[in-house]
Amino acid sequence: MWNALDRKLLKEIADLHALPTGAFNIRKDGEGVERRSRPGIEITSGKGQPGVNVVVKPGVKGTVHIPVIITRSGLADVVYNHIEIGAGAEITLVAGCGIHNPGGELSRHDGIHEIIVRSGARLYYKEKHYGEGKGSGQRVLNPKTSMLIERDAYAELELLQVRGVDDTLRITEAQVEEGGLVNMFERLLTDGTQNATSEVEIKLIGDDSRARIISRSVARDSSRQVFKFRLIAHGRGRGHVECDSIIMDRAAVRSIPEVWAENSRAELVHEAAIGKIAGEQLVKLMSLGLTQEEAEETIIGGFLSRTGGDSNG
Amino acid sequence: MLSLESVTYAPGGHRNGKIEILKDINLKLEFGKMYALTGPNGGGKSTLARVIMGIYPPTSGRILLEGEDITGLAANERARLGFGYAFQAPPTFKGLKVIDLLEIASRRNPQEGCQPLRQIGLCPEEYLQRELDGRLSGGEAKRVEIATIMAQDPRIRIFDEPEAGIDLWSFDRLVKLIADSHRPEKITMIISHQEKIMRLVNEIILIAGGEICLQGERDQVWPQIKETMLCDCLEKCPLKGEEDVECPR
Repeated sequence: MWNALDRKLLKEIADLHALPTGAFNIRKDGEGVERRSRPGIEITSGKGQPGVNVVVKPGVKGTVHIPVIITRSGLADVVYNHIEIGAGAEITLVAGCGIHNPGGELSRHDGIHEIIVRSGARLYYKEKHYGEGKGSGQRVLNPKTSMLIERDAYAELELLQVRGVDDTLRITEAQVEEGGLVNMFERLLTDGTQNATSEVEIKLIGDDSRARIISRSVARDSSRQVFKFRLIAHGRGRGHVECDSIIMDRAAVRSIPEVWAENSRAELVHEAAIGKIAGEQLVKLMSLGLTQEEAEETIIGGFLSRTGGDSNG
Repeated sequence: MLSLESVTYAPGGHRNGKIEILKDINLKLEFGKMYALTGPNGGGKSTLARVIMGIYPPTSGRILLEGEDITGLAANERARLGFGYAFQAPPTFKGLKVIDLLEIASRRNPQEGCQPLRQIGLCPEEYLQRELDGRLSGGEAKRVEIATIMAQDPRIRIFDEPEAGIDLWSFDRLVKLIADSHRPEKITMIISHQEKIMRLVNEIILIAGGEICLQGERDQVWPQIKETMLCDCLEKCPLKGEEDVECPR
Protein backbone atom coordinates (compact mmCIF):
# COMPACT_ATOMS: atom_id res chain seq x y z
CA MET A 1 0.00 0.00 0.00
CA TRP A 2 3.03 2.29 0.25
CA ASN A 3 4.31 3.59 -3.07
CA ALA A 4 7.91 4.51 -3.84
CA LEU A 5 7.40 8.17 -2.90
CA ASP A 6 5.86 7.24 0.46
CA ARG A 7 8.73 4.91 1.19
CA LYS A 8 11.27 7.57 0.28
CA LEU A 9 9.66 10.13 2.58
CA LEU A 10 9.42 7.62 5.43
CA LYS A 11 13.07 6.73 4.98
CA GLU A 12 14.08 10.40 5.01
CA ILE A 13 12.20 11.39 8.13
CA ALA A 14 12.10 8.22 10.21
CA ASP A 15 14.84 6.07 8.70
CA LEU A 16 12.20 3.46 7.99
CA HIS A 17 12.98 0.91 5.30
CA ALA A 18 9.99 -1.24 6.18
CA LEU A 19 7.16 -1.06 8.68
CA PRO A 20 8.59 -0.62 12.17
CA THR A 21 8.66 -3.60 14.49
CA GLY A 22 7.46 -1.55 17.46
CA ALA A 23 4.27 0.44 17.86
CA PHE A 24 3.48 2.93 15.13
CA ASN A 25 0.95 5.23 13.53
CA ILE A 26 1.62 6.47 10.02
CA ARG A 27 -0.36 9.42 8.77
CA LYS A 28 -0.54 10.30 5.10
CA ASP A 29 -2.23 13.29 3.45
CA GLY A 30 -4.32 14.17 6.47
CA GLU A 31 -5.44 10.67 7.47
CA GLY A 32 -4.15 7.92 9.66
CA VAL A 33 -3.28 5.08 7.28
CA GLU A 34 -1.74 2.32 9.30
CA ARG A 35 -1.40 1.74 13.03
CA ARG A 36 -0.21 -0.94 15.41
CA SER A 37 -0.15 -1.01 19.18
CA ARG A 38 2.20 -3.20 21.16
CA PRO A 39 1.88 -4.77 24.60
CA GLY A 40 2.17 -1.90 27.03
CA ILE A 41 2.09 0.70 24.24
CA GLU A 42 -1.40 1.65 23.14
CA ILE A 43 -2.15 3.98 20.25
CA THR A 44 -5.72 5.21 19.81
CA SER A 45 -7.40 7.94 17.78
CA GLY A 46 -7.76 11.34 19.38
CA LYS A 47 -11.22 12.30 20.53
CA GLY A 48 -12.80 15.21 18.69
CA GLN A 49 -9.63 16.25 16.89
CA PRO A 50 -7.22 14.69 14.40
CA GLY A 51 -4.26 12.88 15.89
CA VAL A 52 -3.47 10.03 18.24
CA ASN A 53 -3.13 9.26 21.89
CA VAL A 54 -0.10 7.19 22.77
CA VAL A 55 -0.04 5.67 26.23
CA VAL A 56 3.00 3.75 27.40
CA LYS A 57 2.50 1.77 30.57
CA PRO A 58 4.96 2.10 33.45
CA GLY A 59 8.23 0.25 33.05
CA VAL A 60 7.73 -0.62 29.37
CA LYS A 61 10.64 -0.40 26.96
CA GLY A 62 10.20 0.02 23.23
CA THR A 63 9.93 2.26 20.21
CA VAL A 64 7.04 4.27 18.83
CA HIS A 65 6.98 5.74 15.34
CA ILE A 66 4.42 8.42 14.49
CA PRO A 67 5.60 9.91 11.20
CA VAL A 68 3.49 12.10 8.96
CA ILE A 69 3.87 12.34 5.20
CA ILE A 70 2.20 14.69 2.76
CA THR A 71 2.32 14.01 -0.95
CA ARG A 72 -0.29 16.44 -2.25
CA SER A 73 -0.22 20.10 -3.10
CA GLY A 74 -2.61 22.46 -1.34
CA LEU A 75 -3.11 20.36 1.79
CA ALA A 76 -3.17 21.89 5.27
CA ASP A 77 -2.92 19.17 7.89
CA VAL A 78 -3.20 19.90 11.60
CA VAL A 79 -2.67 17.07 14.05
CA TYR A 80 -2.81 16.89 17.84
CA ASN A 81 -0.92 14.06 19.49
CA HIS A 82 -1.04 13.28 23.20
CA ILE A 83 1.72 11.08 24.47
CA GLU A 84 2.22 9.73 27.96
CA ILE A 85 5.32 7.80 28.91
CA GLY A 86 4.58 5.83 32.07
CA ALA A 87 6.78 5.94 35.16
CA GLY A 88 10.08 4.15 34.70
CA ALA A 89 9.43 3.38 31.02
CA GLU A 90 12.12 3.80 28.39
CA ILE A 91 10.89 4.81 24.96
CA THR A 92 12.33 5.97 21.68
CA LEU A 93 9.72 8.10 19.96
CA VAL A 94 10.29 8.92 16.30
CA ALA A 95 8.06 11.67 14.95
CA GLY A 96 8.80 13.90 11.99
CA CYS A 97 7.15 15.04 8.81
CA GLY A 98 8.05 14.81 5.15
CA ILE A 99 6.31 16.86 2.47
CA HIS A 100 6.46 16.17 -1.23
CA ASN A 101 4.72 19.08 -2.89
CA PRO A 102 4.29 18.38 -6.60
CA GLY A 103 2.11 21.39 -7.41
CA GLY A 104 1.84 25.15 -7.10
CA GLU A 105 -0.17 25.40 -3.89
CA LEU A 106 1.12 25.58 -0.36
CA SER A 107 1.24 22.32 1.61
CA ARG A 108 1.46 22.55 5.33
CA HIS A 109 1.62 20.40 8.41
CA ASP A 110 1.16 21.63 11.96
CA GLY A 111 2.12 18.88 14.37
CA ILE A 112 1.15 19.66 17.94
CA HIS A 113 2.52 17.26 20.53
CA GLU A 114 1.79 17.18 24.22
CA ILE A 115 4.15 14.81 25.94
CA ILE A 116 4.24 13.77 29.57
CA VAL A 117 7.29 11.90 30.74
CA ARG A 118 6.30 10.37 34.04
CA SER A 119 8.53 9.99 37.03
CA GLY A 120 11.81 8.20 36.37
CA ALA A 121 10.98 7.51 32.71
CA ARG A 122 13.40 8.04 29.83
CA LEU A 123 12.28 9.41 26.50
CA TYR A 124 14.41 9.69 23.37
CA TYR A 125 12.47 11.89 21.00
CA LYS A 126 13.54 12.29 17.38
CA GLU A 127 11.87 14.67 15.00
CA LYS A 128 13.12 15.18 11.48
CA HIS A 129 11.60 17.51 8.93
CA TYR A 130 12.11 17.23 5.24
CA GLY A 131 10.64 18.75 2.10
CA GLU A 132 10.91 18.06 -1.61
CA GLY A 133 9.00 18.34 -4.87
CA LYS A 134 9.45 20.22 -8.09
CA GLY A 135 6.26 22.26 -7.80
CA SER A 136 6.39 25.94 -6.92
CA GLY A 137 4.08 25.41 -3.93
CA GLN A 138 5.59 26.15 -0.56
CA ARG A 139 6.34 23.44 1.99
CA VAL A 140 5.54 24.63 5.47
CA LEU A 141 6.03 22.82 8.78
CA ASN A 142 5.02 24.25 12.13
CA PRO A 143 5.68 21.81 14.95
CA LYS A 144 4.80 22.58 18.53
CA THR A 145 6.02 20.27 21.26
CA SER A 146 5.03 20.83 24.89
CA MET A 147 6.56 18.52 27.45
CA LEU A 148 6.25 17.86 31.12
CA ILE A 149 9.24 16.06 32.53
CA GLU A 150 8.36 14.72 35.91
CA ARG A 151 10.54 14.01 38.89
CA ASP A 152 13.82 12.26 37.99
CA ALA A 153 12.68 11.73 34.41
CA TYR A 154 14.89 12.24 31.38
CA ALA A 155 14.00 13.54 27.94
CA GLU A 156 16.35 13.80 25.01
CA LEU A 157 15.10 15.74 22.02
CA GLU A 158 16.80 15.52 18.69
CA LEU A 159 15.29 17.98 16.24
CA LEU A 160 16.55 18.06 12.71
CA GLN A 161 15.63 20.02 9.61
CA VAL A 162 18.16 20.03 6.83
CA ARG A 163 16.41 20.24 3.51
CA GLY A 164 13.48 21.49 1.55
CA VAL A 165 11.29 23.24 4.13
CA ASP A 166 10.37 26.73 2.95
CA ASP A 167 8.93 28.05 6.14
CA THR A 168 8.92 26.76 9.66
CA LEU A 169 7.92 27.99 13.07
CA ARG A 170 9.13 25.49 15.61
CA ILE A 171 7.97 25.87 19.21
CA THR A 172 9.42 23.68 21.92
CA GLU A 173 8.36 23.99 25.54
CA ALA A 174 9.36 21.91 28.52
CA GLN A 175 8.68 22.01 32.23
CA VAL A 176 11.21 20.08 34.25
CA GLU A 177 10.40 18.89 37.74
CA GLU A 178 12.76 18.02 40.58
CA GLY A 179 15.72 15.93 39.49
CA GLY A 180 14.53 15.91 35.88
CA LEU A 181 16.80 16.47 32.93
CA VAL A 182 16.15 17.60 29.38
CA ASN A 183 18.79 17.46 26.69
CA MET A 184 17.85 19.12 23.45
CA PHE A 185 19.88 19.03 20.30
CA GLU A 186 18.59 21.09 17.41
CA ARG A 187 20.09 21.18 13.95
CA LEU A 188 18.85 23.39 11.20
CA LEU A 189 19.97 24.21 7.69
CA THR A 190 18.20 26.70 5.47
CA ASP A 191 19.01 27.78 1.95
CA GLY A 192 17.38 29.63 -0.96
CA THR A 193 14.79 32.01 0.46
CA GLN A 194 13.68 29.74 3.32
CA ASN A 195 12.62 31.09 6.70
CA ALA A 196 12.98 29.27 9.98
CA THR A 197 12.07 30.37 13.46
CA SER A 198 12.75 28.27 16.53
CA GLU A 199 11.31 29.27 19.87
CA VAL A 200 12.35 27.27 22.90
CA GLU A 201 11.16 27.80 26.44
CA ILE A 202 12.38 25.59 29.25
CA LYS A 203 11.08 26.02 32.77
CA LEU A 204 13.16 24.44 35.50
CA ILE A 205 10.52 24.09 38.15
CA GLY A 206 12.02 21.75 40.69
CA ASP A 207 15.30 21.71 42.58
CA ASP A 208 18.12 19.88 40.81
CA SER A 209 16.29 20.08 37.53
CA ARG A 210 18.59 20.48 34.56
CA ALA A 211 18.43 21.49 30.92
CA ARG A 212 21.03 21.46 28.21
CA ILE A 213 20.20 22.90 24.82
CA ILE A 214 22.53 22.80 21.88
CA SER A 215 21.40 24.49 18.72
CA ARG A 216 23.51 24.37 15.58
CA SER A 217 22.41 26.03 12.39
CA VAL A 218 23.69 26.92 8.96
CA ALA A 219 22.03 29.70 6.97
CA ARG A 220 22.91 29.82 3.28
CA ASP A 221 21.89 31.89 0.26
CA SER A 222 19.19 34.44 1.20
CA SER A 223 17.58 32.37 3.93
CA ARG A 224 16.64 33.79 7.31
CA GLN A 225 16.68 32.23 10.76
CA VAL A 226 15.45 33.45 14.13
CA PHE A 227 16.18 31.74 17.44
CA LYS A 228 14.46 32.64 20.67
CA PHE A 229 15.62 30.76 23.72
CA ARG A 230 14.10 31.36 27.10
CA LEU A 231 15.43 29.49 30.08
CA ILE A 232 13.58 30.03 33.33
CA ALA A 233 14.54 28.64 36.73
CA HIS A 234 11.97 28.65 39.47
CA GLY A 235 13.87 26.19 41.62
CA ARG A 236 17.53 25.39 42.20
CA GLY A 237 18.00 24.37 38.58
CA ARG A 238 20.88 24.41 36.17
CA GLY A 239 20.50 25.25 32.53
CA HIS A 240 22.87 25.75 29.63
CA VAL A 241 22.03 26.98 26.15
CA GLU A 242 24.63 26.86 23.39
CA CYS A 243 23.41 28.42 20.17
CA ASP A 244 25.87 28.41 17.28
CA SER A 245 25.17 29.53 13.74
CA ILE A 246 27.23 29.55 10.59
CA ILE A 247 26.12 32.32 8.29
CA MET A 248 26.93 32.35 4.58
CA ASP A 249 26.16 34.28 1.41
CA ARG A 250 23.35 36.84 1.94
CA ALA A 251 21.63 35.02 4.80
CA ALA A 252 20.45 36.56 8.06
CA VAL A 253 20.42 35.03 11.54
CA ARG A 254 18.96 36.49 14.72
CA SER A 255 19.53 34.91 18.10
CA ILE A 256 17.54 36.24 21.02
CA PRO A 257 18.46 34.78 24.40
CA GLU A 258 16.67 35.11 27.69
CA VAL A 259 17.81 33.60 30.95
CA TRP A 260 15.51 34.22 33.86
CA ALA A 261 16.19 33.07 37.42
CA GLU A 262 13.62 33.20 40.19
CA ASN A 263 15.89 31.40 42.62
CA SER A 264 19.24 32.60 43.93
CA ARG A 265 20.73 29.12 43.67
CA ALA A 266 19.87 28.68 40.01
CA GLU A 267 22.69 28.58 37.46
CA LEU A 268 21.78 29.57 33.94
CA VAL A 269 24.16 30.09 31.05
CA HIS A 270 23.44 31.18 27.53
CA GLU A 271 26.10 31.16 24.85
CA ALA A 272 25.28 32.38 21.36
CA ALA A 273 27.57 32.83 18.42
CA ILE A 274 27.00 33.70 14.78
CA GLY A 275 29.89 33.70 12.35
CA LYS A 276 31.12 32.62 8.98
CA ILE A 277 33.22 29.50 8.50
CA ALA A 278 36.63 30.24 10.00
CA GLY A 279 39.29 30.85 7.37
CA GLU A 280 41.78 28.62 9.17
CA GLN A 281 39.35 25.70 9.02
CA LEU A 282 39.01 26.07 5.25
CA VAL A 283 42.74 26.45 4.79
CA LYS A 284 43.47 23.37 6.91
CA LEU A 285 41.16 21.15 4.89
CA MET A 286 42.33 22.62 1.59
CA SER A 287 45.92 21.91 2.58
CA LEU A 288 44.83 18.27 2.89
CA GLY A 289 43.59 18.34 -0.72
CA LEU A 290 39.92 19.35 -0.50
CA THR A 291 38.57 22.06 -2.79
CA GLN A 292 37.02 25.06 -1.09
CA GLU A 293 33.53 23.71 -1.80
CA GLU A 294 34.42 20.27 -0.41
CA ALA A 295 35.99 21.90 2.64
CA GLU A 296 32.83 23.95 3.27
CA GLU A 297 30.61 20.88 2.96
CA THR A 298 32.87 18.93 5.30
CA ILE A 299 32.81 21.69 7.92
CA ILE A 300 29.03 22.12 7.66
CA GLY A 301 28.45 18.35 7.72
CA GLY A 302 30.50 18.02 10.90
CA PHE A 303 28.92 21.06 12.49
CA LEU A 304 25.43 19.66 11.96
CA SER A 305 26.33 16.08 12.85
CA ARG A 306 24.88 14.38 15.90
CA THR A 307 28.32 14.02 17.47
CA GLY A 308 28.33 17.69 18.31
CA GLY A 309 27.83 18.10 22.02
CA ASP A 310 26.68 14.53 22.52
CA SER A 311 25.88 13.77 26.10
CA ASN A 312 23.80 11.41 28.12
CA GLY A 313 21.59 11.71 31.05
CA MET B 1 64.09 20.41 -6.23
CA LEU B 2 61.74 23.05 -4.88
CA SER B 3 62.89 26.56 -5.67
CA LEU B 4 61.73 29.97 -4.57
CA GLU B 5 62.90 32.80 -6.78
CA SER B 6 62.73 36.38 -5.51
CA VAL B 7 59.57 35.65 -3.55
CA THR B 8 58.00 38.53 -1.65
CA TYR B 9 54.82 38.59 0.33
CA ALA B 10 52.87 41.59 1.55
CA PRO B 11 49.35 41.12 2.97
CA GLY B 12 46.86 42.63 0.58
CA GLY B 13 49.01 41.78 -2.39
CA HIS B 14 50.69 45.10 -3.17
CA ARG B 15 54.34 45.66 -2.51
CA ASN B 16 54.25 49.40 -2.70
CA GLY B 17 53.16 51.05 0.49
CA LYS B 18 52.58 47.76 2.32
CA ILE B 19 54.69 46.03 4.88
CA GLU B 20 56.54 43.17 3.28
CA ILE B 21 56.61 40.15 5.55
CA LEU B 22 58.83 38.29 3.10
CA LYS B 23 61.49 40.15 1.11
CA ASP B 24 63.23 38.70 -1.91
CA ILE B 25 63.38 35.11 -0.71
CA ASN B 26 65.60 32.85 -2.79
CA LEU B 27 65.71 29.28 -1.67
CA LYS B 28 66.51 25.87 -3.12
CA LEU B 29 65.30 22.79 -1.27
CA GLU B 30 66.51 19.38 -2.40
CA PHE B 31 64.70 16.06 -2.12
CA GLY B 32 66.26 13.78 0.43
CA LYS B 33 67.26 16.62 2.73
CA MET B 34 65.86 17.80 6.03
CA TYR B 35 65.84 21.51 6.73
CA ALA B 36 65.32 23.53 9.86
CA LEU B 37 63.83 26.98 9.44
CA THR B 38 64.65 29.08 12.45
CA GLY B 39 64.79 32.69 13.51
CA PRO B 40 63.20 35.19 15.85
CA ASN B 41 59.47 35.46 16.43
CA GLY B 42 57.73 37.49 13.76
CA GLY B 43 60.64 36.97 11.36
CA GLY B 44 58.51 35.37 8.63
CA LYS B 45 58.97 31.62 9.22
CA SER B 46 55.30 30.65 9.24
CA THR B 47 54.54 33.07 6.42
CA LEU B 48 57.21 31.43 4.31
CA ALA B 49 55.76 28.01 5.12
CA ARG B 50 52.30 29.20 4.10
CA VAL B 51 53.60 30.69 0.87
CA ILE B 52 55.25 27.36 0.06
CA MET B 53 52.02 25.50 0.89
CA GLY B 54 49.97 27.86 -1.33
CA ILE B 55 47.93 29.31 1.51
CA TYR B 56 49.32 32.80 0.90
CA PRO B 57 49.92 33.80 -2.73
CA PRO B 58 53.29 35.48 -3.21
CA THR B 59 53.12 39.17 -4.05
CA SER B 60 55.94 38.66 -6.53
CA GLY B 61 58.45 36.00 -7.48
CA ARG B 62 58.09 32.39 -8.56
CA ILE B 63 57.87 28.98 -6.95
CA LEU B 64 59.12 26.06 -9.02
CA LEU B 65 58.73 22.36 -8.32
CA GLU B 66 61.16 20.32 -10.38
CA GLY B 67 61.31 23.20 -12.83
CA GLU B 68 57.56 23.61 -13.17
CA ASP B 69 56.04 26.93 -12.15
CA ILE B 70 53.50 26.27 -9.41
CA THR B 71 53.24 29.86 -8.14
CA GLY B 72 49.57 30.17 -9.03
CA LEU B 73 48.44 26.86 -7.51
CA ALA B 74 46.15 26.94 -4.47
CA ALA B 75 46.76 24.90 -1.30
CA ASN B 76 44.54 22.01 -2.38
CA GLU B 77 46.28 21.79 -5.75
CA ARG B 78 49.66 21.76 -4.05
CA ALA B 79 48.41 19.10 -1.65
CA ARG B 80 47.70 16.95 -4.68
CA LEU B 81 51.24 17.55 -5.88
CA GLY B 82 52.51 16.21 -2.57
CA PHE B 83 52.77 19.25 -0.29
CA GLY B 84 51.77 18.98 3.36
CA TYR B 85 51.80 21.51 6.17
CA ALA B 86 51.36 20.83 9.89
CA PHE B 87 49.95 24.02 11.38
CA GLN B 88 51.57 25.76 14.30
CA ALA B 89 48.13 26.29 15.83
CA PRO B 90 45.75 23.73 14.31
CA PRO B 91 42.17 25.03 14.05
CA THR B 92 39.36 23.39 15.98
CA PHE B 93 36.29 21.95 14.26
CA LYS B 94 32.95 21.53 15.98
CA GLY B 95 31.49 18.15 15.10
CA LEU B 96 34.44 16.81 13.09
CA LYS B 97 36.26 13.90 14.66
CA VAL B 98 39.89 12.84 14.61
CA ILE B 99 38.96 9.94 12.33
CA ASP B 100 37.32 12.35 9.86
CA LEU B 101 40.49 14.40 9.53
CA LEU B 102 42.65 11.29 9.21
CA GLU B 103 40.34 9.95 6.51
CA ILE B 104 40.58 13.18 4.55
CA ALA B 105 44.36 13.26 4.97
CA SER B 106 44.86 9.63 3.98
CA ARG B 107 42.37 9.93 1.12
CA ARG B 108 39.59 7.98 2.82
CA ASN B 109 41.66 5.21 4.26
CA PRO B 110 41.20 5.45 8.03
CA GLN B 111 43.49 2.48 8.68
CA GLU B 112 46.38 4.60 7.57
CA GLY B 113 45.50 7.03 10.32
CA CYS B 114 45.77 4.56 13.20
CA GLN B 115 49.48 3.96 12.82
CA PRO B 116 50.50 7.65 12.97
CA LEU B 117 48.28 8.14 16.02
CA ARG B 118 50.08 5.30 17.76
CA GLN B 119 53.45 6.60 16.66
CA ILE B 120 52.72 10.00 18.13
CA GLY B 121 51.64 8.40 21.38
CA LEU B 122 47.87 8.65 21.05
CA CYS B 123 45.82 5.49 21.43
CA PRO B 124 43.55 5.18 18.35
CA GLU B 125 40.85 3.44 20.38
CA GLU B 126 40.68 6.47 22.61
CA TYR B 127 41.21 9.25 20.11
CA LEU B 128 39.66 8.30 16.74
CA GLN B 129 36.16 9.26 17.84
CA ARG B 130 37.20 12.38 19.74
CA GLU B 131 35.94 15.67 18.40
CA LEU B 132 38.43 18.20 17.13
CA ASP B 133 36.89 20.90 19.25
CA GLY B 134 38.18 22.86 22.20
CA ARG B 135 37.99 19.80 24.43
CA LEU B 136 41.28 18.47 23.08
CA SER B 137 44.20 19.92 25.01
CA GLY B 138 46.76 21.99 23.11
CA GLY B 139 49.27 19.14 23.17
CA GLU B 140 46.68 16.58 22.04
CA ALA B 141 45.54 18.81 19.17
CA LYS B 142 49.13 19.33 18.13
CA ARG B 143 49.86 15.62 18.13
CA VAL B 144 46.72 14.92 16.11
CA GLU B 145 47.96 17.54 13.64
CA ILE B 146 51.31 15.77 13.27
CA ALA B 147 49.54 12.41 12.91
CA THR B 148 47.35 13.94 10.18
CA ILE B 149 50.43 14.91 8.18
CA MET B 150 51.89 11.45 8.72
CA ALA B 151 48.63 9.97 7.38
CA GLN B 152 48.73 12.35 4.41
CA ASP B 153 52.33 11.27 3.78
CA PRO B 154 53.30 14.18 1.53
CA ARG B 155 56.66 14.31 -0.22
CA ILE B 156 57.22 17.95 0.73
CA ARG B 157 56.51 18.19 4.44
CA ILE B 158 56.55 21.35 6.52
CA PHE B 159 56.17 21.09 10.29
CA ASP B 160 55.50 24.44 11.93
CA GLU B 161 56.93 24.36 15.47
CA PRO B 162 55.88 20.74 15.99
CA GLU B 163 57.20 20.78 19.53
CA ALA B 164 54.95 23.63 20.69
CA GLY B 165 52.71 22.48 23.53
CA ILE B 166 54.10 18.95 23.51
CA ASP B 167 55.49 17.50 26.71
CA LEU B 168 59.12 16.42 27.00
CA TRP B 169 58.36 12.70 26.73
CA SER B 170 56.30 13.15 23.60
CA PHE B 171 58.90 15.51 22.16
CA ASP B 172 61.54 12.75 21.93
CA ARG B 173 59.00 10.49 20.25
CA LEU B 174 58.07 13.28 17.87
CA VAL B 175 61.66 13.97 16.88
CA LYS B 176 62.20 10.28 16.21
CA LEU B 177 58.99 10.01 14.20
CA ILE B 178 59.89 12.92 11.95
CA ALA B 179 63.41 11.61 11.42
CA ASP B 180 62.33 8.01 10.81
CA SER B 181 59.64 9.00 8.33
CA HIS B 182 61.99 11.09 6.23
CA ARG B 183 62.88 9.46 2.91
CA PRO B 184 65.22 10.17 0.00
CA GLU B 185 62.20 11.18 -2.08
CA LYS B 186 60.98 13.69 0.50
CA ILE B 187 61.80 17.24 1.50
CA THR B 188 61.25 17.81 5.21
CA MET B 189 61.25 21.33 6.62
CA ILE B 190 60.83 21.91 10.34
CA ILE B 191 60.22 25.34 11.79
CA SER B 192 61.77 25.20 15.21
CA HIS B 193 63.96 26.79 17.85
CA GLN B 194 64.96 23.51 19.46
CA GLU B 195 68.55 22.35 19.38
CA LYS B 196 67.38 18.76 19.28
CA ILE B 197 65.64 19.49 15.98
CA MET B 198 68.72 21.30 14.68
CA ARG B 199 70.77 18.15 15.30
CA LEU B 200 68.30 16.23 13.14
CA VAL B 201 68.55 18.21 9.92
CA ASN B 202 71.01 18.53 7.05
CA GLU B 203 70.70 22.25 6.62
CA ILE B 204 69.58 25.23 8.63
CA ILE B 205 67.92 28.35 7.24
CA LEU B 206 67.84 31.45 9.39
CA ILE B 207 65.13 33.97 8.60
CA ALA B 208 64.74 37.32 10.31
CA GLY B 209 62.93 40.46 9.30
CA GLY B 210 61.47 38.65 6.30
CA GLU B 211 64.89 37.88 4.83
CA ILE B 212 67.05 34.80 4.73
CA CYS B 213 70.08 35.80 6.76
CA LEU B 214 71.95 32.55 6.65
CA GLN B 215 71.63 29.13 5.06
CA GLY B 216 73.97 26.20 5.00
CA GLU B 217 75.11 22.87 6.39
CA ARG B 218 74.02 22.35 9.96
CA ASP B 219 77.50 21.95 11.44
CA GLN B 220 78.67 25.17 9.91
CA VAL B 221 75.57 27.25 10.44
CA TRP B 222 74.37 26.23 13.88
CA PRO B 223 77.43 27.47 15.82
CA GLN B 224 77.21 30.74 13.91
CA ILE B 225 73.54 31.12 14.71
CA LYS B 226 74.11 30.43 18.37
CA GLU B 227 76.80 33.11 18.41
CA THR B 228 75.19 35.79 16.34
CA MET B 229 71.47 35.30 16.06
CA LEU B 230 70.51 37.27 19.10
CA CYS B 231 72.60 40.21 17.97
CA ASP B 232 71.13 40.03 14.50
CA CYS B 233 67.70 39.95 16.03
CA LEU B 234 68.46 43.12 17.90
CA GLU B 235 69.71 44.72 14.72
CA LYS B 236 66.27 44.23 13.23
CA CYS B 237 64.43 44.92 16.44
CA PRO B 238 62.15 47.97 16.30
CA LEU B 239 63.13 48.71 19.90
CA LYS B 240 66.80 49.00 18.93
CA GLY B 241 68.46 51.92 20.60
CA GLU B 242 66.05 52.11 23.47
CA GLU B 243 67.74 52.05 26.81
CA ASP B 244 66.03 48.99 28.22
CA VAL B 245 67.16 46.75 25.35
CA GLU B 246 70.42 45.11 26.31
CA CYS B 247 72.48 42.67 24.36
CA PRO B 248 71.94 39.35 26.10
CA ARG B 249 75.22 37.90 24.87
